[in-house]
Amino acid sequence: MKLHEYQAKQIFTRYGIPVPPGSVVTDLGQVRSAVESLGGGPAILKAQVHAGGRGKAGGIRVVSSVEEAREFASRLLGQKLVTHQSGPDGQRVSALLVEAPSSIAAEIYVGMVIDRGVGLPTLIVCGEGGVEIEEVAARAPEKILREVFDPGLGLQPYQARRVFLRLGLERGLMNDFSRILVALGRLFVAEDCSLAEINPLVVTKEKKVLALDAKINVDDSALGRHPETASWRDLSQEDPREVEASKHDLSYIGLTGNIGCMVNGAGLAMATMDTIKLHGGEPANFLDVGGGATTEKVTAAFKIILADRNVEAILVNIFGGIMRCDVIAEGIIAAVKEISLRVPLVVRLEGTNVERGRRMLEESGLTLVTAVGLADAAQKVVQLARSRRK
Amino acid sequence: MAVLVDKNTRVLCQGITGKAGAFHTRACLEYGTRVVGGVTPGRGGETAEGLPVFDTVAEAAGKTGATATMIFVPAAFASDAILEAADGGLRLIACITEGIPAADMVHVRKTLAGGPARLIGPNCPGIITPGQCKIGIMPGYIHKPGSVGVVSRSGTLTYEAVWQLSQRGIGQSTCIGIGGDPIIGTTFVDALKLFEADADTVAVVLIGEIGGTAEEEAAAFIREKMSKPVAAFIAGQTAPKGKRMGHAGAIIAGGKGTAAEKVAALKNAGAAIVPSPAEFGDVMARLMS
Repeated sequence: MKLHEYQAKQIFTRYGIPVPPGSVVTDLGQVRSAVESLGGGPAILKAQVHAGGRGKAGGIRVVSSVEEAREFASRLLGQKLVTHQSGPDGQRVSALLVEAPSSIAAEIYVGMVIDRGVGLPTLIVCGEGGVEIEEVAARAPEKILREVFDPGLGLQPYQARRVFLRLGLERGLMNDFSRILVALGRLFVAEDCSLAEINPLVVTKEKKVLALDAKINVDDSALGRHPETASWRDLSQEDPREVEASKHDLSYIGLTGNIGCMVNGAGLAMATMDTIKLHGGEPANFLDVGGGATTEKVTAAFKIILADRNVEAILVNIFGGIMRCDVIAEGIIAAVKEISLRVPLVVRLEGTNVERGRRMLEESGLTLVTAVGLADAAQKVVQLARSRRK
Repeated sequence: MAVLVDKNTRVLCQGITGKAGAFHTRACLEYGTRVVGGVTPGRGGETAEGLPVFDTVAEAAGKTGATATMIFVPAAFASDAILEAADGGLRLIACITEGIPAADMVHVRKTLAGGPARLIGPNCPGIITPGQCKIGIMPGYIHKPGSVGVVSRSGTLTYEAVWQLSQRGIGQSTCIGIGGDPIIGTTFVDALKLFEADADTVAVVLIGEIGGTAEEEAAAFIREKMSKPVAAFIAGQTAPKGKRMGHAGAIIAGGKGTAAEKVAALKNAGAAIVPSPAEFGDVMARLMS
C-alpha cells in the first residue's frame, strides 16, 4: 500500500526524522491558516497524489502570499493531476501539503528496500538527490552506495557514517546524517515497509539535514498488524476496477488492449496474456480468479472485465486441477446467463473432468466458442476481436 | 530416485484441522503419500483424516518418524510454523500459505540459513515425485513418473506445463514449486543443483516470471554448472511496469526484472527458450529426442 507524502512525513516525525514545518489541507478554507502558521508565506504547496513527477506536472508551487496559495489550491484541489507516472487519466488531488520552503545546499537520494537476492533490508544512497534513481543506476551505477543490514539489529551507525564519508559532504553534518539513516532503518523494519524513500534528503544553507520529500510503501501482507496505517488507504488514488476486484478477492490489473482475460492462477494469467500477444492481440487486463473459480467469483470477474469499454472479446482460460472442470463450466454458464454478454467469449478448459466440462458448455445454448489448448484459444479470441473491428 | 521426496517420505500436515489442511491431507493420502500425522496447537490428542493430531511439531516428529511437513496455517502464523518445523528437526518444509509478510520471511530465511532444514515456498503448490509422494496442492493425476525435473515460481502454469509433458508421454522425476513470493526458501539455483546431481533426471523445465533476479542467477548456474538440457519459459512479457501481477514477487520494480532480460540471460546460458506457454511439450520433446 502506498502512503501519501504527508502520511509518510507523519511517520518520519514519529521516528525523529526532521521534516520541514507544515500542515495538510483538504479544502480551500484551511489554506489561509496553514499559510499564516508559516508566517504568511512564502510557502510551498505540494499536491498529494500516489505518483512521482509532481513538480514537472505543475503539482508543486512556491507561493509568497495567502492569496496566491488560495489561487493555486483552488485550481488543484479535487482536480486530477497527470504526471509521467500517473497514467493518462491522472490522479485526484484530495489534499495539499503546505510547508515552509527550504534553502537547499545539497540534495541526496536515500532509499530502503528488501533486497530479494540476499533476503535482507538494504539502504541505497546516491549523492545526486531529487533525481530518478533508476536513471542514475542505469547511467552511473558506481554512484549508487549500498548497505545491507540485519533487521533484528537495524542499520548500524558505522554503516551510515561509511556512506556519509563517501558522499563528500561537510564533516560536521556526519552525526545528524547518520541519526536520520539509522532512524529510517528502524522505521523501515517496524512499519513493515516494502519501500521507504527520502528523495531528496537535503542539507540546507543553515546546515540542517532535512527530509524534503517522503515516500513509504507498506507490505500489503503486513497491513493486518498496522491498523492505523491501513486506515489511511486512499481509494481515490487506485484504479476503481482494481478496488472492486479486490472486494471479490480477485486480482485484476487494467491494461490498454481489447481482449479481456479471466484465468486461474497468477502465472497462468500472465502466460495467457503473453500468448494473446504472440498471436497478434492485445490483452485488456490481467485477472486471476484464484483456485476456487466459483459462480459468484466468475460473475464478478465478468462484470469487472466488461466495465472496460475497450473489451471486444473475452478469453477464459482455466486449468481445473483441484477444482473440476464441470464445476467451473457450471459457474461460467450461470455467470454468462446472469450478465447477458455483449462480446464474443472463448473458453478453454483443461484438467479434471474436462470432457464433461466442454460438453456442458457446448450444450448450454450459449454463444461461446470452446478451444482446445492455449494456442487454439488465443488464435480464436484474437480473430473474434478482429472481426468485430471490421 | 528423484529429488527430496520419494515413497518412503513420512509427512506431517501443520494446520491439518483447518479446511485446506484437511482437504489436501486427504488428497495426498489418496495419492499414496505417507502422511503420518498433523499438528494443530491446542488440538493434540484428537484425530483428523484418520491421523493423530499433535500440539507440537517436535512431538509429532518424535512419535511418527516424519521428516517432512506441509504447512497450511494462516499467513499471520505461518512463519512461526516454519520455524517450529525446523526446530522440530524436520528436513523438508513445504509452505503452501500465501500472504506471509516479507519481514517474517526475511527472519525465517536468515534463521534457516546454514541449517539442515530445506524450505520450499511459501506461496507455492508444493513438491511431487510422481507415483511416489505428493506434498502440496497440485492435482496428482496430471503427473506421470519419468525423468524431467520441473521447477517453477507458479502454480497453475506449472500444471499446464506438466500436463503438456504427460500428454506427450514425457514423465517427470520431481516437480518443485518454489513459490511466487519475493523471499523464498529453495531457489531456482538450489533446485537446478539437485536435478543436476540426480541420476533419474535427464532434463529440466524452468518456469520463471517477472520480478527479481532469480532467473538471471539460474542462467549463470546453467551456463557454468549444468550439463543437462534446460527448457525455460518466463511469464509476464506483456506485464506493465510497477504493477504486482498477482504474486507478491511478480513486479517489475525500478525498470528491473523484465521478462526480456530474463529470457536473454537464459538464452545466452544455453537454455532452450519456450516461446509460448502452449509449447512446453513440443520444446521438451525436441530436447529429449
